[in-house]
Amino acid sequence: MNIHETDDYASVNINQGMTLTEKIIAKASNRTHVSPGEVLFVNVDVLMSHDPCTPGVASVFKKEFGEEAKVWDPDRFIMIPDHFVYSADPQANQNIRVMREFANAQNITHFYDVGTPDYKGVCHIGLAEGGHTRPGEVLLGTDSHTVTAGAFGTFAIGVGITDGAYALGTGAIPLMVPATIKVNYYGKKAKSVQAKDLILVLMKELGVEGATYNAIEFTGNVIDELSVEERMTMCNMVVECGAKNGIMVPNQATLDYLATRTRIPYTVMTPDEDAQYVRTIDIDVSGLTSVIARPHSPDNVVAVAQLENIAISQAYIGSCTGGKTDDFIAAAEILWQRKVTIPTYAVPATKEVFHNLITTQVKGRSVYEILTRAGVKLSSEPGCAACCGGPADTFGRVRDPISVISTTNRNFVGRMGNKGAMIYLASPYAVAAAAVSGFITNPERYLTNDY
Amino acid sequence: MTINNVMRGTVYVLGDNIDTDQILTAEYLKINPASAEGREELATLAMCGLPEGALPFINSQTQRAGYDFIVAGKNFGCGSSREHAVVALGASGVKAVVAQSFARIFFRNCVSTGQIMPVTLNEGCDIRALKTGDTIEIDLDAHQIATADGILKTAPVGELANIVAAGGLFAYARQTGKI
Repeated sequence: MNIHETDDYASVNINQGMTLTEKIIAKASNRTHVSPGEVLFVNVDVLMSHDPCTPGVASVFKKEFGEEAKVWDPDRFIMIPDHFVYSADPQANQNIRVMREFANAQNITHFYDVGTPDYKGVCHIGLAEGGHTRPGEVLLGTDSHTVTAGAFGTFAIGVGITDGAYALGTGAIPLMVPATIKVNYYGKKAKSVQAKDLILVLMKELGVEGATYNAIEFTGNVIDELSVEERMTMCNMVVECGAKNGIMVPNQATLDYLATRTRIPYTVMTPDEDAQYVRTIDIDVSGLTSVIARPHSPDNVVAVAQLENIAISQAYIGSCTGGKTDDFIAAAEILWQRKVTIPTYAVPATKEVFHNLITTQVKGRSVYEILTRAGVKLSSEPGCAACCGGPADTFGRVRDPISVISTTNRNFVGRMGNKGAMIYLASPYAVAAAAVSGFITNPERYLTNDY
Repeated sequence: MTINNVMRGTVYVLGDNIDTDQILTAEYLKINPASAEGREELATLAMCGLPEGALPFINSQTQRAGYDFIVAGKNFGCGSSREHAVVALGASGVKAVVAQSFARIFFRNCVSTGQIMPVTLNEGCDIRALKTGDTIEIDLDAHQIATADGILKTAPVGELANIVAAGGLFAYARQTGKI
């Protein structure tokens, strides 16, 4: 693997081409040109909120706009409970009831309520499944991993409750135009290397604040060849290096996916050829092997091969980062006719993902069957679950100061429940390999070429 | 809250990359930070996610922050977009966070809520001499902080200064006739 860098940012001029992010912001603010650093009122196409934040958004909305105020557009506020859904915690349950009341009072079109056929699970994956992540649009969500939708060519960012409430009332929000870092992945990647590895390599390169206030625009043949879900994994973790958003020009797979999900017309936008980037990073993936982020930071990245003797007590497969259908198929490739030797928890991100585990086969057997035969504790209750710890009764929550390997996005102190736990972040292949051996293991040991 | 342009008080000193799970652990996201009861509950939980063995941040007698300010290194508030973290600090009595740099969403939430003042130190400012419990004086207009050992220079708020000056996003929108 090789990483090359150039700094090619000069002073901005109005005739200069724009990056993909700049072009979307310009369109959404009715401007012909925008430059990094400008603060503009930007029109919002979609606003999303989930159960930890909707009650706060609703409170601020009512306080500021009035008890009887109506949301700016009931078709464009997407409500997705996902964080603390399957818990007996009274406050967590109350939040779902508040969502229900608000959705009813406001005639919200897209409320994916718990216990109904509409329920989805993790909001970022549910947004995509519901056709709410569309190219060229502005999407805000009250969750930092809202950046996931950048995989669809959407300008998608995480916001707080106050900003969310403001957008809910007005359909717009003041935003600073970010400068863009271009990251070009090229070369031929090994089968064992997954999107998670590609983004962790960038974490190592940029560090946890290396992209603060910046957009990251992904490009290169490796990005073009990724599946829709793998592209979502890439954009999902850009917030872990501080980025405002991550974005890609939709590839054919993405356009095919969108065609089955939405009938709302959209415009595919591309960066101008003479767009200016604050930094360009070229990453040659040839020769890259599986990597892993050590505790307690997502940028603490080394090759899996360097840590192979470290014992692991628990494994976790789930979340917006690592709980999608492709992630489970990858785990199944490793777990086919094998057994896990450590407690291994798996939580499908959404109901659709869970359904896919049953209908998708790997070497003649369903992913569901492969996982359960291997001894994986597979939850049938989609959601965020133990990625962020959650209430005491959360499935897979880390209760002891043990070493855990996980397909999730953050390994901060206490993130998955116990403050003394050591969390290692890795690809679904590497997590499944560790679940089998009980040690951090290079997944190449278990991968054959017959899939 | 109203932000005074000169603030004097004690500091709680932290390192780099203090994430929002350390400021407010995710399990408490079930609390509504925009309700009076929620705010009260969050006030006692500020910095509840600090590692085992960290000096207590909440005073056990008052159940509020034992310090007026947090002083930290780089990338304060990284991780989640949870506004609960900003509200927990503000409700606990913290008036300002002084840091070498801030994570984007945390900074934005400070500005939009007007709950606490995010103060960014000038590049190269050395905070190693500061210890938890020390008294400092922050002068926002003069862009400087007086410590026992001298003066630390701070950076202007930047592009969002108008919103900070108004006291938050809604106040700013009203002042400028946006809503």
